[in-house]
Amino acid sequence: MDKVAIKDSKYIPKKAQIIKVTQMTPHEKFFHLVLEGGESLDHEPGQFIMVSVVGVGEVPVSVCSSPSRRGSFDLCVRAVGKVTRSLHKLEAGDVIGVRGPYGVGFPIRILEGNDLLIVAGGLGIAPLRSLINYVLDNRRDFGNVHILLGCKSPNDMLFVDELGEWQKRMDVHYECTVDNAAPDWAGNVGLITTLLPGVDIEPERTFAVVVGPPVMYKFVIKELLAKNIPERQILVSFERHMKCGMGKCGRCQIQGIYCCQDGPVFNYEKIKDLSEAF
Amino acid sequence: MKDVQFMILRKENFNGFISQLAKTQKVMAPVAKGNKSFVFEEVTSGDQISLKYIPTVLPPKKFFMPQREPLVEFDQAKGLEMQAIVEQEKMVLFGVHTCDLAGIQCLNMVFSERPKDYNYLTRKYKINIIGLGCNEYCDEHASCNLVNANVPNGGYDLFFSDVGDYFIVHINTHAGDEIIEQTKFFEPIAKENMQDLVNLREKKKNIFKNEIPIESRDIAELFDKSFESPVWEEVGERCLSCGNCTNVCPTCYCFDIIDEVNLDLKSGKRYRKWYSCQLDPFALVAGGENFRKSRAARQKHRYYRKFKYPVSKFSRFFCTGCGRCTRTCMAGISLKETLNNLIKERVNKLWIKWL
Repeated sequence: MDKVAIKDSKYIPKKAQIIKVTQMTPHEKFFHLVLEGGESLDHEPGQFIMVSVVGVGEVPVSVCSSPSRRGSFDLCVRAVGKVTRSLHKLEAGDVIGVRGPYGVGFPIRILEGNDLLIVAGGLGIAPLRSLINYVLDNRRDFGNVHILLGCKSPNDMLFVDELGEWQKRMDVHYECTVDNAAPDWAGNVGLITTLLPGVDIEPERTFAVVVGPPVMYKFVIKELLAKNIPERQILVSFERHMKCGMGKCGRCQIQGIYCCQDGPVFNYEKIKDLSEAF
Repeated sequence: MKDVQFMILRKENFNGFISQLAKTQKVMAPVAKGNKSFVFEEVTSGDQISLKYIPTVLPPKKFFMPQREPLVEFDQAKGLEMQAIVEQEKMVLFGVHTCDLAGIQCLNMVFSERPKDYNYLTRKYKINIIGLGCNEYCDEHASCNLVNANVPNGGYDLFFSDVGDYFIVHINTHAGDEIIEQTKFFEPIAKENMQDLVNLREKKKNIFKNEIPIESRDIAELFDKSFESPVWEEVGERCLSCGNCTNVCPTCYCFDIIDEVNLDLKSGKRYRKWYSCQLDPFALVAGGENFRKSRAARQKHRYYRKFKYPVSKFSRFFCTGCGRCTRTCMAGISLKETLNNLIKERVNKLWIKWL
């Protein structure tokens, strides 16, 4: 058996150096990274990359920074498996591998000129942050912007500093709620669906963008439809396990479609009847 | 262009042909292992080969996409240097049946579709294929006629048809012609030889009949309407989730990627290895959700990946009718039986509508 090097291989990661790590919650860390040689990651909001901790493995992670902020990129990683736990052990200066970006992100060109209703549940804020920051950096290209955020408890809240900024801005309508909180919590308590009825939108010119845990979609989408937002104006992003990111390994398949290539962002109208999707 | 498309090889020259071929490269061919088991393995002479064999335990996909292959080599001592590698070997596969030729064609489509998989493609170009026609059904589990894989549809360099005392050899590619030229055992074909081939083909037409009561063009529609069928629950009840059916399938290519570190804890390799959609964690995500929790859903997924999804994407079935999944299943799940049950159920429903 001969072993030969192949330079065309799509499996070679690029090197990325960790510039900064922040512990955001007990389970999530924020990584600020720069590609070797200062190369741009050149991603679209909502796309993902395959992150390698060499010797441990590779996992798909969505990029949580906006491509409008060039020169570096951010990841928000929850420690749940072997690779993500080893990622959490890394520090500023350490190098990881990245492949990608892969997949179809949020359809920016279609969203432009419309109102946005962004609904984030839990870790769903991570991919949405790439969209939100893109929208904020190009604010005049979009209509009204509503951001609704739901998470388990105040301690689970990600990007707290930025949430504060969003709250202060006059060109964004931001609200958040938590499932459970200590009595001294001044904000909303309740599921994310409790925020939806109070949002004032013009359904025909509003695109809803929803990212969160699987159980959230069913209830949120029901509320969105009740607000007369057309199915084709609802966008979702799916979490699936992925090994290659290139439509081969089969792990992210939902019936005939591959999340890694056809998604992870999907138009609700096109996938609503797919079993295994939600 | 040479106008010689067919030549003949006398059976007494077969041993010599294989021995000579084996001098310049590895020759992999079906070898009997007893108990109706055959495997593709290295041979050095023709008498080691089983010319009459039922599909091997593992299909020849193992040469194109090994069960475990390195993708990347890394060494942290050298500053995290990562090098993409492929393990490859020049070889000839001899005696590939038409079902397995079809299987290799399926894999070719998947891995040459963009983004291309250069590990697969590099290996593919190192392998020459000599097909061998079946003169009768291998056993009751085969359903090659249903998907038209009982006849060769390309995908080989040379194709051998056994007509008794000799083989008629179809030369399909230049690489095949080189094999002929290199081993001087082949003789020009005469008119009466050609007649033998015509006779053989006629005879085969009467043997290979579709035993499943559906036309291949209606299969996509059958699957369109069977997503909620109770047949999947029945199959799921019996399934043990062992993944044997996908391992032995000539067109199953799902994989896992894992890192393995050497004892120095610095260098190592990233491997790709076969993985099965029949195993419980296949569709499990980090958040704990499993999108194909039940065995019924996973079995259904397997069938749809053979008869529905690839038909939309690649316009061909990813079932070659080889029957391996049925032969290997410990729970006795039979592909033909499942298809028959789906058809029966559809027909019953149609009758109820009529009545």
